Amino acid sequence: MRKFIFATVMSLMSAVGMPGAASAAGGGDVTLLKNDWSFAGIFGHYDKASMQRGFQVYLEVCAGCHSMEYMAFRNLADLGYNEAEIKAIAAEYEVQDGPDEDGEMFMRPARPADRIPSPYRNDNEARANNNGALPPDLSLIAKARAHGPDYLYSLLVGYQDAPASMEVPDGMYYNNAYSGNMIAMPQPIYGDDVEYADGASTSAEALSADVTHFLMWAAEPKLEVRKRIGVAAVFFLSIFLIMSYLAKRRIWADVH
Amino acid sequence: MSAAKFSNPVVRWIDHRLPVFSMLDHTANEYPTPKNLNYMWNFGSLAGLSLVIMIVTGIVLAMSYTAHVDYAFESVERIMRDVNHGWLIRYIHMNTASFFFIVVYLHIFRGLYYGSYKAPRELLWILGVVIFLLMMATAFMGYVLPWGQMSFWGATVITNLFSAIPIVGESVVTFLWGGFSVDNPTLTRFFSLHYLMPFLIAGVVVLHIVALHRFGSNNPIGIDTKGRQDTISFHPYYTIKDIVGIAMFLLLLAIAVFFFPNAMGHPDNYIPANPMQTPAHIVPEWYFLPFYAILRAVPDKLGGVLLMFGAIAILFILPWLDRSPVRSARFRPVFRIFFWLLFIDALALGYLGGMPAEGIYVTLSRVATAWYFLHFLVILPMLGVFESTKPLPKSISEPVLATTGEAA
Repeated sequence: MRKFIFATVMSLMSAVGMPGAASAAGGGDVTLLKNDWSFAGIFGHYDKASMQRGFQVYLEVCAGCHSMEYMAFRNLADLGYNEAEIKAIAAEYEVQDGPDEDGEMFMRPARPADRIPSPYRNDNEARANNNGALPPDLSLIAKARAHGPDYLYSLLVGYQDAPASMEVPDGMYYNNAYSGNMIAMPQPIYGDDVEYADGASTSAEALSADVTHFLMWAAEPKLEVRKRIGVAAVFFLSIFLIMSYLAKRRIWADVH
Repeated sequence: MSAAKFSNPVVRWIDHRLPVFSMLDHTANEYPTPKNLNYMWNFGSLAGLSLVIMIVTGIVLAMSYTAHVDYAFESVERIMRDVNHGWLIRYIHMNTASFFFIVVYLHIFRGLYYGSYKAPRELLWILGVVIFLLMMATAFMGYVLPWGQMSFWGATVITNLFSAIPIVGESVVTFLWGGFSVDNPTLTRFFSLHYLMPFLIAGVVVLHIVALHRFGSNNPIGIDTKGRQDTISFHPYYTIKDIVGIAMFLLLLAIAVFFFPNAMGHPDNYIPANPMQTPAHIVPEWYFLPFYAILRAVPDKLGGVLLMFGAIAILFILPWLDRSPVRSARFRPVFRIFFWLLFIDALALGYLGGMPAEGIYVTLSRVATAWYFLHFLVILPMLGVFESTKPLPKSISEPVLATTGEAA
């Protein structure tokens, strides 16, 4: 009987693991670099300094083409910015508001409650400015790709010269992490693309890791509280399991 | 039913007019349960718990969800980001859906192994298959609601299956969609039905339990209980044993919810639905993969659809396909081998359903599909005739006493 349960559980676990493995399969030769993220693991947490740097990379490198629809300025509090700093960041943007009492729409500086404005008014404008390709929204990108953070990092550092055997058409670029190895996004990060105030490394790898860290937070802002509650829940339930098992043994003692 | 058995006068007063306490007392204390049930008998109560968790979290989610193609995806993100503990409620709902299927699949295989579908429990089994079908429909529609890429394309692929029905197929699909493509009317009706169906499931669960209580649980030996020496009261013995199972279930669920919340989902469903862009591989949720494999194993669309539904329909007539008088696989050495082959076959189908339909996978899917039907339609009926079973014990108490004697 034990064997039956064991075999059942084991095979079910492998069955559950399968679709993930299946969905990871893409085309072409894909290189996935594994990083040691601080947010990985049971006690995982975000690195605020890295996220702030990553946010800076997003603003200076990515934001020209990629929106972050689901991010409001107020969310930046998670990165360690205080209210005044968030207000200052928001105030650099103009958003449309209205109608005023005359029925007119008007522009005003953004407030913390506003979402980060998109670089384009709509998808058509985005395509028109990007050779027909649509730069995806980045708010969920770290969850919307298999192996999210590792994939994003690998993609950002994955630009190379195409092998001689491969013909890369105009407007496409060779990338060893992208499915099919041909990506419409030009290489965004070369190293030293931004200047960090805290003197952290600005190598291509460091910038890519920072912006990936930021994007992971953007996709899963509740990760820290989730893992914190999780540790407590697992601890509590383990004790509950032991206690109930002991109670069961005791109650059943007179049956056999 | 003597009211005197309750000492509390308020309880006595109520029970005389509305015998709920007598009913509870009957279920807990008088209802005789075989004393030899193992932990495989935990999955019924776990399935019930899963249903309750799904309904409670689902009702809370519905308070913040917007069933509209332009807002559904965003409303889910609002739940994840801005609703207090919305992420927790949604992750519990998502992961319990998967756990519900794990539990129900184990419950079904338990029934297959110990012959729980055999007389006099045929209707109990059939009601279980009805619950399973309702669950599949509910889960399918629930997966559409976040309106991500897999939601949309999964809905498109699965509803399109009905177009294989001769003559009326196209009209049926239009009727299901509420239009000429998967669009807002599809989403709103799926939401409505997704909210309704769990309560239908709850209703059938009540019937399932009524049918269960008619003859009581089957047991690992598969012979009927012969008297009081074979049974124990449900409470406290099986209440505490169910609690152990619940603790284990909640522990595993917590690990999934808090540490791997998206492991059983598909990353594409975090991309908003886009009718203009088909994902590279459209795969349903993992719990549908065995049936998806059967569907794709057949080169003909109608044939595939028929076989896929046939794979479930066959379970309805299972009590009459397996004519062996012996219930438990413990006393059926040949059946036991074929049971495990079927189990492996089901896992193989699940694996193949997640693979692209090309090359060796197609061939393997066909072999696995053929084996599935061969098992039910040929092997089981033949085993009923040709298998020589081991001698059955005289009563449940006998082997229980015997094993205790050996162990001591």
